[in-house]
Amino acid sequence: MSLIESLPRVRRLRLPRADGLIPWIVPLAIILLWQVACVTGFVSARVLPAPSDVALAGWKLLLSGELVRNIWVSFWRASVGFLIGGSIGFTFGLANGLSQLSSKLTDTTLQMVRNIPHLALIPLVILWFGIDESAKLFLVALGVFFPIYLNTLHGIRTVDPQLIEMGRIYGMTDGELFRRVIFPGALPSIFVGLRFALGIMWLTLIVAETIAASSGLGYMAMQAREFMLIDVVVLSILIYALLGKLADSASRALERLTLSWHPAFQKH
Amino acid sequence: MQEALRFRPADAEAVDQPEFVKQARLLRRDADALLRGLSLTIRGLRKSFGANEVLRGIDLHIPAGQSVAIVGRSGCGKSTLLRLIAGLETITAGTISFGEETRAEDVRVMFQEPRLLPWARVLSNVEVGLGRERTSPDAQARADSALVEVGLDDKRAQWPAVLSGGQKQRVALARALVSRPRVLAFDEPLGALDALTRISMQRLLERVWQDQGFTAILVTHDVAEAVALADRVLVIEDGRIAHDIDVNIPRPRRRGSAELAALEGSILKNLLQGTEDTSDL
Repeated sequence: MSLIESLPRVRRLRLPRADGLIPWIVPLAIILLWQVACVTGFVSARVLPAPSDVALAGWKLLLSGELVRNIWVSFWRASVGFLIGGSIGFTFGLANGLSQLSSKLTDTTLQMVRNIPHLALIPLVILWFGIDESAKLFLVALGVFFPIYLNTLHGIRTVDPQLIEMGRIYGMTDGELFRRVIFPGALPSIFVGLRFALGIMWLTLIVAETIAASSGLGYMAMQAREFMLIDVVVLSILIYALLGKLADSASRALERLTLSWHPAFQKH
Repeated sequence: MQEALRFRPADAEAVDQPEFVKQARLLRRDADALLRGLSLTIRGLRKSFGANEVLRGIDLHIPAGQSVAIVGRSGCGKSTLLRLIAGLETITAGTISFGEETRAEDVRVMFQEPRLLPWARVLSNVEVGLGRERTSPDAQARADSALVEVGLDDKRAQWPAVLSGGQKQRVALARALVSRPRVLAFDEPLGALDALTRISMQRLLERVWQDQGFTAILVTHDVAEAVALADRVLVIEDGRIAHDIDVNIPRPRRRGSAELAALEGSILKNLLQGTEDTSDL
């Protein structure tokens, strides 16, 4: 009895620390190996600069203020584009999930547009918007629209009809039914769409910035390539990785917060 | 030690309950039944789904506060009858009328699946059962007392996902009871539970029915359950009431007693005879 009781307590004490560290073991080991390979001359600095050089380049850019400015510009484009595309996708997802008429009217069109790779529109977008902010926002918005739309629609359509019947029996109004049954039921699927959309958001933005921009992380990387500053190119790539991880962590945290009822998110 | 002290009065009551306590309880139940149960009259009820006629003329009167079990083979229309009574399907022909004017909260259904909202805590799931009154200030207190009634007040803050099948079904019962319904319709409520949980749930259903005096309509495929719980058993065959049997066995009924077994046997024989006649056994 006492042994069984003491077991979970021991685990609880030991795990949180290790839990936080384990995911970082592999990235840290890679950086270490990379540093060793560069210092020993196994990898030429013209192919891949050492992590220490990359860090140094980052420090210089940070001091000049260029790094913060570029990150901020990219971050602003990503979030505004995401908000625009995401809210339109969410609205269409809700409308088409809840209303037959709306679905009949727009779903076929949207499914056709969905099959056009949105990056194929870059030449057209440059012609329309030039290399202005609106070009990047348009592309990001278009990119995040579809995963959010599709998953919101799917989530709403797959809410357990028995629960909806239950809600009706217990006299819920349409608004209440949406708020208490349909929306919470669709939420897990909406989150899947959110995480897909975040990935597409970065991808679109980086491509758009490398092709047509005068600021931002993608632009910084392209400029560095022109001047053969490999350390800055590598730095930009690493910052993408970090920003991507940050966006993913944020959506996970939101998931944990709102889906705490879900067996998959319950703490044991 | 404290626990022992707390449990003693209850034990004592169970062992030698004075006669007047039983009498008082019976009297209260009768008074409640007059107040609370609704009578139900069905005339010439028919229901078809397309060309398939499921109910072919049901005539039935259920007095207020009676508990009626509806048995029959699967596909005989017993669940459809229940759904019509609960207002979940539209009537093809005929009428269903309750003794007096009803509110939406007066008729409640309990299904085979608990149908709890997984994203709402147990207490808010019970509050759903209050219908339009769920925003009233005493909603939480009423939900709490319904949970006490089914013995789950300690689970009020849990998510449904952590409850066992029987506990979920008890929460569903609390949700059905919280609006103090006058007719409670059960659609195979114990069908998905294991044998032991079934028996304790049957006791719980019997107890709340006796305490609250609502009119109970229980659809089940389990004849033993029907004779153990109901005042009256209806056997439905081919969309019609084939047998209407009064169960005049005094409560509390002892499970496995000879009387119950004999009655169960004769009902089962009726059901099986129907099968042999159409020779699809």
